[in-house]
Amino acid sequence: MHNYDHSVCLDVNKCIGCTTCLRHCPTQAIRIKNGHAVINQARCIDCGECIKCCPKKAKKAVCNTLKDLDNFKYKIALPAPTLYGQFENLEDVNFILEGLLSIGFDDVFEVATAAELVSAYTRMYLKREGIKKPVISSACPVVMRLICLRFPSLKENIMPMLPPMEIAALMARNKAKEEHPELEDKDIGVCFISPCPAKASYVKNGFGEYKSKVDAVISISDIYFQLINAMKHSENVMPISNSGRIGIGWASSGGEATALMNDAYLAADGIENVNRILDEIENDTIPPLEFIELNACTGGCVGGVLTMQNPFIAKAKLQTLRRYLPVSQTSIPKGSPEDIPDFYFFDELPTYYPISRLSSSMSESMRMMSEIQKLRSELPGIDCGACGAPTCRAFAEDVVKGTADIKDCTIMYRSELLQFLHSKGDESDS
Amino acid sequence: MSEQLLFTFDVDGDDFTSAGQASSQVKRNLRQLGISPDIIKRVSIAMYEGEINMVIHAGGGTAVVAVTEEHIEIVLKDQGPGIKDIEQAMQEGFSTAPDDVRSLGFGAGMGLPNMKRYTDYMNIESEVGVGTTITMRVNLM
Repeated sequence: MHNYDHSVCLDVNKCIGCTTCLRHCPTQAIRIKNGHAVINQARCIDCGECIKCCPKKAKKAVCNTLKDLDNFKYKIALPAPTLYGQFENLEDVNFILEGLLSIGFDDVFEVATAAELVSAYTRMYLKREGIKKPVISSACPVVMRLICLRFPSLKENIMPMLPPMEIAALMARNKAKEEHPELEDKDIGVCFISPCPAKASYVKNGFGEYKSKVDAVISISDIYFQLINAMKHSENVMPISNSGRIGIGWASSGGEATALMNDAYLAADGIENVNRILDEIENDTIPPLEFIELNACTGGCVGGVLTMQNPFIAKAKLQTLRRYLPVSQTSIPKGSPEDIPDFYFFDELPTYYPISRLSSSMSESMRMMSEIQKLRSELPGIDCGACGAPTCRAFAEDVVKGTADIKDCTIMYRSELLQFLHSKGDESDS
Repeated sequence: MSEQLLFTFDVDGDDFTSAGQASSQVKRNLRQLGISPDIIKRVSIAMYEGEINMVIHAGGGTAVVAVTEEHIEIVLKDQGPGIKDIEQAMQEGFSTAPDDVRSLGFGAGMGLPNMKRYTDYMNIESEVGVGTTITMRVNLM
């Protein structure tokens, strides 16, 4: 269960072992060993912060390429709504969708369309009796993994509904099979056009017992130039798009929450803010709320590390695009809160992996903790990072766990050296 | 008696913005010890309420958390004004918090009742003009 196939990885040849990513990693998953960064796979949440901050561009996200789809007879693109905010002077979403068709996809299914359905069913879900409030959105895969690793007591608050990407994949598959009955499941390749590496990890690993219905993930930045060249901007563009303000609004923070037409919500973005909010929910120190939308990236998905535009510019562009669109282009049959179709839900949540736990035995953990405390009081406490750990506390933990050597603390080493030289000096004086 | 692990904190009464830091540090430590999420939640809420009380009413104090394999004990000690009528202070909704902290959302009169609710044992020793010591325990077994 600890094996998680990550998308964020390191190019060892480019990494110079500076300490920039150490400080930026929100889960302290990075250490510098033998002159370069090493990512602890069990702790990594694929947020992409290290990709954003690396001055040498040594951190990258591993995604698929168009070539990986060659084995599928029928290829479907699932563009994230964020993609719509990446282009200059774009008047119509259909130019993008048409562009996707001309670079080799057989069909396009907008994630924004599925998002509108998820919004509609979420409104119903919130009316259910006996659900744990506040309900936390399940759309951001980084937040989901963060909750599973660090806030296990909040698992019951997670909305058990699949994210729009998965609903879009299911619907796109069904549509393909209806329109082309000759196709078998294995012939259909569903490809998400992604703003972030975490979606790629989610697709590879699934969520708990749930296996993703998406076959490949291509990053917005990888497909961007090919797509921009294929976009024709002609007047007689095909009217493919089927999403409204709500669906496209999901691209930025607050979009999902405002679509609930319920003012008892909170929307927070940026991994530090997300962490703080989760802590407050756990401590019961937030006001009574119905719904909490959390996005690991600043600004929401538009802030994803695999995008091309500044998140705030992308958001402004999306506002322009949304201006004359209907509120929503999809509707669901009226019904009671119990009438949500089963396929909208995932079965069960991943089990809690206690990553921060020192040892499986309580008494051993206590012994280690008291050693850590002792060591910490001896360390300089300036969190310089030269030892390869992000903080003196993390270093103390590493030493006690046996993954670091106390000699790696250059400050302590220096003062020992000075003491030694001093004593030598005394000897020669006498 | 098994061995115990101590976490000691000075709760600064002058800096309201730092209130709550000791309880979040304890929360982090308990996670590392592998304590169950449910227990961690109870300990951190009870300690948070107590910590905030010390800052609001007593100008700060000390917090000592002792962890053994049997229980987690939190001792909050201050040299504040003391509690005149403990029974009254334990009532839900009773509060003597000043208006400025109420505007931050504190002072709802739920602090002490919540501390009792979330712990298995709670004892208040208080003398007016001398100070207050609150001992809380959450059992692990």
